[in-house]
Amino acid sequence: MTESIAIRLRGLSRHFGDVVAVDRVDLDVVDGEFLTLLGPSGSGKTTVLRMIAGFERPDAGSIELAGVDVTQVPPYGRDVNTVFQDYALFPHMSVLENVEYGLRVKKVPKVERADRARAALDSVRLSGYEERSPSQLSGGQRQRVALARALVNRPKVLLLDEPLGALDLKLREQMQVELKEIQREVGITFVFVTHDQDEALTMSDRIAVFNNGRIEQLGTPTDVYEHPATAFVAGFVGTSNLLDPAAAQLVLGRSGTWSVRPEKILVHVGDAPVPDGHHRLNGTVREVVYVGMSTRFVVDLATGGSLMAVRQNTDASHDLSHLRGQTVCLSWDPQYEYQVADPT
Amino acid sequence: MTTSRGTKIVLSIVAVVVFAFVYVPLVVVLINSFNSGETLSWPPEGFSLQWWQRAIDSEGVRNAIVTSIVLGLIATAIALVLGTLASLALSRFRFFGQDSVSLLIILPIALPGIVTGIALNNVFTSYLGGLTFLTLILGHATFTIVVVYNNALARLRRMGVNLEDASADLGAGPWTTFRLVTFPMMRSALVAGGVLAFGLSFDEIIVTTFTAGPGITTLPIWIYQNLFRPNQAPVVSVVAAALVLISILPIYIAQKLSSDDNRGAGIM
Repeated sequence: MTESIAIRLRGLSRHFGDVVAVDRVDLDVVDGEFLTLLGPSGSGKTTVLRMIAGFERPDAGSIELAGVDVTQVPPYGRDVNTVFQDYALFPHMSVLENVEYGLRVKKVPKVERADRARAALDSVRLSGYEERSPSQLSGGQRQRVALARALVNRPKVLLLDEPLGALDLKLREQMQVELKEIQREVGITFVFVTHDQDEALTMSDRIAVFNNGRIEQLGTPTDVYEHPATAFVAGFVGTSNLLDPAAAQLVLGRSGTWSVRPEKILVHVGDAPVPDGHHRLNGTVREVVYVGMSTRFVVDLATGGSLMAVRQNTDASHDLSHLRGQTVCLSWDPQYEYQVADPT
Repeated sequence: MTTSRGTKIVLSIVAVVVFAFVYVPLVVVLINSFNSGETLSWPPEGFSLQWWQRAIDSEGVRNAIVTSIVLGLIATAIALVLGTLASLALSRFRFFGQDSVSLLIILPIALPGIVTGIALNNVFTSYLGGLTFLTLILGHATFTIVVVYNNALARLRRMGVNLEDASADLGAGPWTTFRLVTFPMMRSALVAGGVLAFGLSFDEIIVTTFTAGPGITTLPIWIYQNLFRPNQAPVVSVVAAALVLISILPIYIAQKLSSDDNRGAGIM
């Protein structure tokens, strides 16, 4: 491997009082990648980001940026920039002054810094807003100013702390695409914190799934989604059917905890043929939920327990609510069932 | 909430009576300062500017005003420096005994002035070689620091540390962050606190009595000394009227500054 490591975390720990926020985290972030720290609130992902930025000091462990140990270096001595969740734009400065700030502090000559700031604003499509006050901007525009303010410094690493959290759904989806494009263009390493699994799957090169201050799984979006390493990951990233060891023994004839994604389960009504080699189970439809693009079924199994199945609504005229209470057959290709580590 | 007609009338009357109770005496003082009579008699005998002329010509009044202004400015300057530093220390750093220190800073404003006055007087006369203008300044600083501290602390708490984090993240050291971010964000709170501190110092009489060196007469002390001299009463009215007019301005400024801040708050 010749890839260089932008950020290396070793044994990183941080506690707040009795609460262990981050528990001995090891992580290597490759130069130029888009890495997402995904997890529920309180899982430690934001604390890790704040330790990389330098706002929090770790209780134990070390942080290296581009091979240099910066564990004891204050934030202003680290070559990283942060896009904050609430943007943290300086309200007493204009948009241009906000973007210029990092260059001004580094004593870049006035003309050059104005040029670079204007170029950065242009790259986030905010030309013409230079003299506005941040309070005159919409949420999405402030978000882009915050991005320009960070990128204008050409940092080695950009840290993003739930930067899209305050935006509405449409704008968020649009910004996801834009962020990814910007990252590809500038080639800077992005470390992105979110609790939104769709966002993580859409944007990331790799995802680190956090739970209780530890990384449960580190891998590509496909890895994490198709082969979750633990029951937590299976449940947090997408929806999942978990078969505890008893159910797995009964249904699959296998030991351990197993999981199947709902979209991998086919629902067969009446005598419809079941593909060869599939695992098959009979059950009664308890719930049919229409969710626009697809329909969700909750099926009570004859053997006890229940499974969720999802079917794409390829046939628009089809109302499937009459299936409630009917007996159906569920089947899936065994290659889509995967074993997960037992919940500890 | 809906109120009946009767309630509205009663509330209006109460409001008018309360305002009248507060402001009618001030208006009387103002009118009296133009009274042509020798004493504070009512109704006024006629219109005259003679007392204003006498007040302006009086060396005692002029000296007292200068003393009060110099005292107020120095006490306010000390309060601005120490109050700002204290608010930064208590809002931005964690240290042992933090809560006790905060209480100790605020306590002087709650303590009766007479207690502060006697205590300072004892220390100054027993250990620091007696009372001077300097001891008077120190006496005033004990309570002016509190108002600046309180204003600054409230602002720093509301501001949070995010902007300072952002500044550090963009490469600014602690001093640059203070100069470019923290101080500009605190400025209006400091002006409001400073105006309030100056106002408190300007009309303080109790601590002043116990800490002023011999021969030092501030304006409130001068008014107190002259109020009961029969032929000085109208001059006192003039001074009081002038103070009313002058003090409206800083209060208006302080109020406008804090309302501007409230409008801007929470947007970022």
